[in-house]
Amino acid sequence: MSASAPPVDAGSQDRARRLSETVFRVRELGIVLALLLLIGVTAAIEPRFIHLGSLQDLARNASIYAVMAAGQTLVLVTRNVDLSVGSVLGLSAYISADLLSHGSPMIVAFVLGILVGGACGLLNGFLVTYGRVPALVVTLGTLYAFRGLAFLLTGGAQINAESLPDSFLKIGTGTVLDVPTIAIIALVVVIAVGLALRNFRSGRELYAIGSNEEAARLAGIRTSRRVVAAFVTSGALAGVAGVLFASRFGTVDATAGNGYELTVISAAVVGGVAINGGVGSVYGAALGALLLGCITSALIVLKIDSFWQQAAVGALLLIAIAFDRFIGLRLDAALRQRSAARAA
Amino acid sequence: MSVTTTEIPVLALAGASKSFGAVHALREATLELRAGEVHALMGENGAGKSTLVKMLAGVYRPDEGTVKVDGAAVAFHGPLDARDAGVAIIYQEPTLFPDLSVAENVFMGRQPLASGRRIDRKAMHDQVNELFARLGVELDAERPVRGLSIADQQIVEIAKALSFEARVLIMDEPTAALSGAEVDRLFGVVRTLRERGAALMFISHRLEEVFAICDTVTVMRDGAVTFDGPLAGLTSDDLVRQMVGRDLDALFPKETASVGSQVLKVERLTREGVFTDISFEVRAGEIVALAGLVGAGRSEVARAIFGIDRWDGGSVELLGRPIHNGRPNAAMRAGIGFVPEDRRQQGLVMDLSIARNATMTRTRALAHLGIIRAASERALATEWGTRLQLKYHRLDDPVGRLSGGNQQKVVLAKWLATQPRLLIVDEPTRGIDVGTKAEVHRLISQLAGEGLAVLMISSELPEVLGMADRVLVMHEGRLTGHFTRAEADEERIVRAMSGQTQEVAT
Repeated sequence: MSASAPPVDAGSQDRARRLSETVFRVRELGIVLALLLLIGVTAAIEPRFIHLGSLQDLARNASIYAVMAAGQTLVLVTRNVDLSVGSVLGLSAYISADLLSHGSPMIVAFVLGILVGGACGLLNGFLVTYGRVPALVVTLGTLYAFRGLAFLLTGGAQINAESLPDSFLKIGTGTVLDVPTIAIIALVVVIAVGLALRNFRSGRELYAIGSNEEAARLAGIRTSRRVVAAFVTSGALAGVAGVLFASRFGTVDATAGNGYELTVISAAVVGGVAINGGVGSVYGAALGALLLGCITSALIVLKIDSFWQQAAVGALLLIAIAFDRFIGLRLDAALRQRSAARAA
Repeated sequence: MSVTTTEIPVLALAGASKSFGAVHALREATLELRAGEVHALMGENGAGKSTLVKMLAGVYRPDEGTVKVDGAAVAFHGPLDARDAGVAIIYQEPTLFPDLSVAENVFMGRQPLASGRRIDRKAMHDQVNELFARLGVELDAERPVRGLSIADQQIVEIAKALSFEARVLIMDEPTAALSGAEVDRLFGVVRTLRERGAALMFISHRLEEVFAICDTVTVMRDGAVTFDGPLAGLTSDDLVRQMVGRDLDALFPKETASVGSQVLKVERLTREGVFTDISFEVRAGEIVALAGLVGAGRSEVARAIFGIDRWDGGSVELLGRPIHNGRPNAAMRAGIGFVPEDRRQQGLVMDLSIARNATMTRTRALAHLGIIRAASERALATEWGTRLQLKYHRLDDPVGRLSGGNQQKVVLAKWLATQPRLLIVDEPTRGIDVGTKAEVHRLISQLAGEGLAVLMISSELPEVLGMADRVLVMHEGRLTGHFTRAEADEERIVRAMSGQTQEVAT
């Protein structure tokens, strides 16, 4: 009985792999198709929808969400969640806008926004890992705490576009070769985080933690450190989003970014990031953000009541989850069947 | 297959002891693993095998004695220390990342890098394919681990062990969940590794596998090593005798009960790929034990009878009336109680009070107009608490605060309150200290004396022999033995458990 005795059907293995690869590609492709369909239908009804200006607006709206969704993906992949990102955005937006209105250089505003966000993320991460409190509870708490802090800082005041330097507002409203500057920034962030998650050990270890934390620990991964890093990155990117928010809208008060966390998590889930960890890509999450932004814009252009927008987002979320579940079950069955066929 | 005893063992245990509270799990155990040798570790459940393995794996540290690597004493502070010393353990249930690819599972945290510290996927896949080639198996490095069979997952674990140059490979019952062809493949891999100079340890209950693959053997009984030496010249009878051969003590206060009419009748029960053609009956006042190795399909048969899992063929009758397939509620109403194997996960709600847990099966009867009064709950719980001699502080305490034995009594109370005709108990005394064990045994035997039909699943042979009126033995999903109390002895049951069926009685 030699080691190579059992005949192995290499063909079925290839098929299993191709199947699983296709599924993951299909997941992102599906969103792209839904996007094109949405744009096509809306444009057919209201041609102005695909004018340059309106598409630029669409990209600008989605950019802020996409940056936050990239950070959220890191956290979700480790089987945690960061609900505080909306409040972090508000905090960072106000602090950076306040600095700029008092004449600080733009780079200082950016760096400080990132630092504020990162510090918020650090607090979340420490409470989750070393405090051993579920992320849902920790970040629900800090969602209110950070928002309260923002109210305390503003004292009810509002910063207006007039007090902000034009060069700063240009980031949010300007274009480079017709592409909105803010979208280019978002794209750079998404690609950078995407590469880190795909091609670096630290990124892969986040997936390992979310997939089987005990096994990750046995493999010698310093799980707490990695989870803290994920929260810090999520916070820092929410900080970046805050600065972008200030430059895009010009008007900042303590309520900036209120409720964004749910949109961001929805975007990630629609984009195929599993809420149970271990699965999903930053690109999917960013596409999800674009799709949600697109729905909002389309409904506005089509003059449909705004509560339909919420219903549409909800329906999309359920469809995405149902789709993932369905595909997951099919994939499981197919993979198991092929293993079994080989063993027999 | 040359065994050169002069060589320094790669990994050894010298006079190691370990106690948990008053229980001596391991007493002065000595074991030596040498390069190019496959060593078998045998013993009944509870003999101390897993304690010994955990010591070599760095999970436990010996109270006395030492672990030696290449003849020098070492102290493992954790599993990672053991891994760095070249010791790899393949557990029965592999610890892998289901969402990640096979290659990533092998190299997680140690992926080969290209320029700029980026992961070199091509190099990673090549290296994994090379490992599989060395092992002589074909497995796709790029597919996700999710959906792989246990056998393939073990191969991934072995490849992982090779990737960090493990010199010692310890496999804890690797064949328990494998099919025949898969076992052959695993043995092929084991032989390849032996030729390459690895030291291997193989834990198995299956005698024929031990003889097929191992060079030396250590047999354990009651925490101590009873035999250690080359396998050559030994027969399976010799091994069985070393494993058993202990007096049945007063742990089993078996009451003689008058066996009444038929309560449970199972006929040709089959669940595809799990168990096949299972027929037996249990009569009132009778304790029937279902013995077998872990993974033989015993719990699965019980789950099917109680309706947790569906069966694909055959029938189950209780008191002459058919039981519905796949409906626990119907089984309960018909008069079946089921004390599951895992009391913490399946038997109890650990955070709820003793009273709530004990009356959980009776909520409908206790409710008046849909409202359950705490007083009636307590009354019922007190009644059963007294009957079962439950030791508790207050009935409102969470059940998790009780000792294992008393928790088991609460589970029993919960089912006895439904006044079942048949009680299925799955590993009734697992994780229970010796004193309370005897109490649980007394209770079960007393219930049978009162006319209850009991189907008991147990992996502990003394329990089976001490308690049962009849013993059924399962092996790989089939009944391989059927003994009356008079016929049953340890050697016969062990033989039937390992699939040697020459003694099947009718």
